[in-house]
This record gives sequence, structure tokens and C-alpha cells, in this order.
Amino acid sequence: MALKGKLEDFGITQLLNLINLARKTGTLYIAGSEKEAYLCFREGRLIYVSMAGVDDYLPVILQRAGIFTEDHVRMIRKNMPGKTDQDIARVLITSGHLKQQGLLRLVREHILGLVFQVFSWNQGAFRFEPSELPVQGRITASIALENVIMEGSRRLKEWELLSDELPDLGIALKFAERPTTPLRDINLSVEEWRVISFINPRNTIRQIANYNNMDELQIRKIVYSLLQASLVEIVRSPRPLSAPVETQAPASDQVAKPDPQAEPQMRRPAVKRGIIQRLIRRIREL
Amino acid sequence: MQTLKMIITGPFSSGKTELIQCISEIDVVSTERKITRESERIKDQTTVAMDFGRITIDEDLILYLFGTPGQKRFDFMWEVLSEGMLGFVVMVDSTRPETFREARRILETFRSYSPVPYIVAANKQDLADAWPAEDLRIVLRVESGVKVVPCVASDRESVKEVLLELLYSILELMDEGKVLG
Repeated sequence: MALKGKLEDFGITQLLNLINLARKTGTLYIAGSEKEAYLCFREGRLIYVSMAGVDDYLPVILQRAGIFTEDHVRMIRKNMPGKTDQDIARVLITSGHLKQQGLLRLVREHILGLVFQVFSWNQGAFRFEPSELPVQGRITASIALENVIMEGSRRLKEWELLSDELPDLGIALKFAERPTTPLRDINLSVEEWRVISFINPRNTIRQIANYNNMDELQIRKIVYSLLQASLVEIVRSPRPLSAPVETQAPASDQVAKPDPQAEPQMRRPAVKRGIIQRLIRRIREL
Repeated sequence: MQTLKMIITGPFSSGKTELIQCISEIDVVSTERKITRESERIKDQTTVAMDFGRITIDEDLILYLFGTPGQKRFDFMWEVLSEGMLGFVVMVDSTRPETFREARRILETFRSYSPVPYIVAANKQDLADAWPAEDLRIVLRVESGVKVVPCVASDRESVKEVLLELLYSILELMDEGKVLG
């Protein structure tokens, strides 16, 4: 029996909570307003995530992590056609290119990166197919959902804040005309340098994110910190800006869990046990 | 002559009227009206005041079933209807997750009126899209001691089971010695 519904009515956090508590095995298919994804679970633990538009071929994951180059990926595609991620991983491990633990850690980080993106989706349809696990040949993880829910909720709050500060990724950036500190004197992370290198009034923030394989949360965090440090400025375009990205967080469940201390103890109405038994007998006869 | 009443409540279009019609020995005194709001037009008619059904237990005992109006704008009537109830049933359309939050709100509201025993009836379990009763327990945050009964409101045996489970819950409370009243 498939669980179906809309994210507007039943948010990601609630869905993961249900899957966790019911220890479900199966796949959650989500068609968001912009992207689609599926999340696989075994006995209430997250084992795999796939998202449309995100290449989850193992060599590409390794490339994103800076372990492989584009040439490595091309070479593997050419020489190992039709091989699954598991086959490729076996070759990489037995040949000593990678350690099993390191590889599993990267896959886990990849899965978590995707699931945290899904957390920001608040519109679309979902469907849970029990016992369906399309993970043949894939490398899976086994991730406890409690931590995912906690971290996802924390990121969601951060996401809301960043979305308020930077609602539109369709805008471009330029270097500040009078930065208070010269760029060479500022300590920037590798990721921040990657963004800096694309700062140009012709590049939108979204384009910079796409080119650097960054998700929206990552790029917003970096741009926000660069704006806060007055290193870059938003290009005020004379043309009307594109519509803001959907960033509104799912409506939080307004129904607060009742305080057990405050709950009234259940009590029966003032009737005798015999009357209840008469009711039971009669209804059985109906 | 002693009369007792049970309340059948739940979100709009969860199957309250159908359940009462299915078990009542009299034609249900229903106050259905044509739906005027477009957003609520998933059925042609809805209960605007209450449904009223009856089961005669014996010559000096009658059980009345009251169905609450499902539309939110009539919720001012709930407290009046709930006075002196034996227990209540929260009907949930298992195929419509968009109503689960409302079901939870109704459940909490009725609990606050009177701490009598209650159960949740997971209706429309005959449909392919129905969420399982145990999943509804989780999403509605129903306490472990409260029953979530799978049901089909158009099926008399299933409706009997719902009413019986509520009565069993009352008996169990009596047996556990937890009762205050």
C-alpha cells in the first residue's frame, strides 16, 4: 500500500519521522516543484538518495570530492562501460587507489548532501513504495534518520535566514568598489575562492553555483559571507529581476505536542460497568 | 429511560455521516446542505449542524450517535455536542493526508472538552491509497494506549467494530482502575 500525498500537507520532516518510527523499508519518490528525487530506506535507515540532474555515478562523486579529475572519469567511462558503482569500487579498492572506509564516507556525504537539499522542498508530490529498493549495483550507506532530521531541521532554519537575506539567485555580483580590506589579505576557503573567481556582473549566482557543483545552501552561505564582509556587492539590474526562487519553508506543524504534565487523565463518564456491557452485547447482535 | 451518547467527529468529508447512517436504526436526522465554498467541493453536500442516529439497547437504554459538522466554521457547536458524552470517535479519511493535521487539531480539541475515552477510526481502508492505521497513529501522534481502528464507514460490520472498540476501551480503563469518574 503506497503512502501518497503533497509536501504542502505533509512535510519532509514528518515523512522521515514516520519512516523512522515505523522502521519502513522502501523508496520515497518526491516530485518537487523544480526537481525530482528518490530516497531509499531499509528498516527505517536511509541507504541511498538519487536526484534528477545530479550525476551519482561513483567516479563523478569522487571527482566532486577532488579525488578524481575529469580525465579520470572519462577514462573509467571508456574502459569500464556497463560496470556498476560496486564493480568500480571493488577495482579501486583492490588496486589500492582508495580505501573502503574513505569511499564509504564519501558516498555517505554525497547522500547526506542530497537529502539536506530535499529538506528545503515544500511543494510537490510524494509517494512511498514499500519494499521497492532501486539500488542494484549502487553503493549504499546506512544512516540513522534521527541525526538527519535534527541536522535537516537546523539547516532549514539556516536556509530560511539565508533566503530572507538573499532571496533571488538570479542576480549577479560584482566586486566592491571600495573594499575595506584588500582581497589578498583575507583568508578565504577553497570554496570561497571558487566562487570569487566567477564574480562578474554577467554571471548570476545560480550560474556560479551550477558551474561549481554547489547546492543552493552552499552558494547562499558563501555569497552571504562575502556580502557581509563587503567584498562583493549585488548588481542592481535595471531590468526586472526574475521571480524569487521558492524558498518558503514548509509550514511548521502548528499542533504542538501536548505537555504530558498538562494532559488530563482519561476518565469514563458516570456510568456503571454493566451498562457498557449491555451496549457491547447489543452492538454485537446488530 | 436512560440515554447515552457517543460523538463521531473528524475533519470535513472523513465519513462521519456515512458511519452513523450505516448503523443507526432510524433514518439519520441529517442536516446536510449543498456545499457553497469551492475549496470544500469534494462532495456535493455536507453536515452543517449535526447528524443524529439511534441504537436502542433495551427497553430502558438508548445510545445516541452524534456526528459533528466537519466544516471548520461550525466548530463552535462541538463543545455543546460533547457535553455528557460516553466517549468519542475521531474519523480520519486515510486517503487524504491533507486532512491529518486537521484531524489532530480536532482530536486535541475534543480531549480538552472532556477527558473521556476515545479511539481513532482510520476510514476508507478499502481504497488502494489508504495510509495504514499504524502509520496514522504516528502522524496523528496518538498515544500508545489509544486504539487506531482500520475501518470502512459504509460496511456495517466494520462500523460495529469501531463502536465496540470504543466500548472495550472504556471497559479496559475501568479494569485498570485508572478511572477518576
